[in-house]
Amino acid sequence: MRVRPDLIEHLPRLRRYARALTGDVNRADDLVQDTLERALAKLDLWQPGSDLRAWLFTLMHNLFVNQIRIKRPQETVMEEALDEPVSGGQMEALTARDIHAALAQLPEEQREVLLLVGLEQFGYAEAAQVLGVPTGTVMSRLSRARERMRAMLAGEPAIKLKLVK
Amino acid sequence: MTDNVHEHELHAYVDGTLPEARRLEVEAWLAAHPADAERVQAWAAQNQSLHAAFDAVLNEPLPLNLVRATRRPAIPVLYKTMAAMLAMLVTGLVGYAIGLNSGGSQTPVAPAYLARDAAIAHAVFSPEARHPVEVDAAHADHLVAWLSKRVGTPLQAPDFSAQGFELLGGRLLSGETGPVAQFMYQDRIERRVTLYVRRAVADSKVTAFRHATENGVDVFYWIDGDFGYALSGQIGRQTIQKLADAAYAQLVTR
Repeated sequence: MRVRPDLIEHLPRLRRYARALTGDVNRADDLVQDTLERALAKLDLWQPGSDLRAWLFTLMHNLFVNQIRIKRPQETVMEEALDEPVSGGQMEALTARDIHAALAQLPEEQREVLLLVGLEQFGYAEAAQVLGVPTGTVMSRLSRARERMRAMLAGEPAIKLKLVK
Repeated sequence: MTDNVHEHELHAYVDGTLPEARRLEVEAWLAAHPADAERVQAWAAQNQSLHAAFDAVLNEPLPLNLVRATRRPAIPVLYKTMAAMLAMLVTGLVGYAIGLNSGGSQTPVAPAYLARDAAIAHAVFSPEARHPVEVDAAHADHLVAWLSKRVGTPLQAPDFSAQGFELLGGRLLSGETGPVAQFMYQDRIERRVTLYVRRAVADSKVTAFRHATENGVDVFYWIDGDFGYALSGQIGRQTIQKLADAAYAQLVTR
C-alpha cells in the first residue's frame, strides 16, 4: 500500500507564493485550489521520496502559465525579449511599500524566479526544475528581475541591510 | 584572493548559497567594488521586502475549501491503517460526506479526525521560526478572549509552567467544524507543543484520554462536552502525557 503524502503541510507556502505571484487574494486561492485538484488527480505520478514541495510548485507553475496564455492569446510568449530596461522616470517614485506594484511590473517569468528564490528559498537548480528551464536561464532571469526591481525601487531610502559576516 | 567574481556568485552571495571560503572571497571583493556592493545590498533588501510583504499569508487561517481539497486522498489510507477504529471511522466518513454536500457547517467529526487534524496543525506551525503564533503570550488576555469568541466557548490556556513549558501564544485556524484555536507552548530548549481546541462530535459527551501517533507526532486527545481537545508534540510520549494530564486537570468542566 502506497502511503499518500499529506498536502496540507504545504498549503501555507503555496498560498504565500500564489499571493505574491498573482497579487490578488481570490486569484491566488483559486490557483492553489486548482493546484491541489491537479495534485490529487496526478498523485500516482509523483515519485515517493522526491521533493513533494517542488512537485506542487511545478504543478502551480504550469497552471499559472496556462492562465496567462489564455488571457493573452494574441501574444506569443516573449521570454527574454521582453527585457528592455525600464524607462527612466516613470517608475522612479516607487518605494518599498510599492513592492506589490513593482512585482506586478515584472514579466511573469522573471517574477516567478524572483519569488521562488527570494521568497520561497528554492535553490537555483530546484527553481530550474520547477520552471522546466536550464539553471542558466534561472540565473539570467534572476539577474534581470533583481536589476529591474532595483531600478523600479530606486530613490527610496533602502532598508540599510548589513550583510551578516 | 580572487581577481574575478562572476555575476551569478553575487546572487549566490545574497541567497546564502556560496561555500564559506568563497563567500569570504566575494565579501572581500565587494569591499573593493562599491558599485557591486550597492547592487548586492539592494538585492538583499528586495528579499527582505518580499518576506515583509508576504509572510503574513502563512499566518492566515486556512480557507476551508483548500483544507478540504488536500484531504480527499487520505480517506483510503485511514481505512487501511485504522481498521480498529472502523466503526468510529464510518461515522466520520458519513459526517465528512454530509459536510461535503452541505457546505459542512457544524458537521460533527469523529475523534480520530481530531487527532489527525491536530497533528497536522502542529506539523505546519510549530517549525515556523518567524511566525509560530498570531498573538503572542504578552497579550495573553486578549488572545484567550479573542479565541474564545471565535471558537464559541470560554477557553482557557492551561498553565504548564510546572512542567517547564511557557505559553508562546496562539492562532486561529479553520477546521471542518468551524474555527479552531491553537495554543503553542515552548520549553527552555525550544521544544514546542500545541493544544488544539474545536467543536467535536455531538454524541460523545466525555471521553477518557486517547493517544495516537500521526506522522511521528504524539497526540493525546479527549472530548469534553461539545469540544474536542488535542495536545500534540514530538517530545516523547511520556512528556506529552504529563502535559496532557495537567491540561485535562485544569480544563475539564466539573
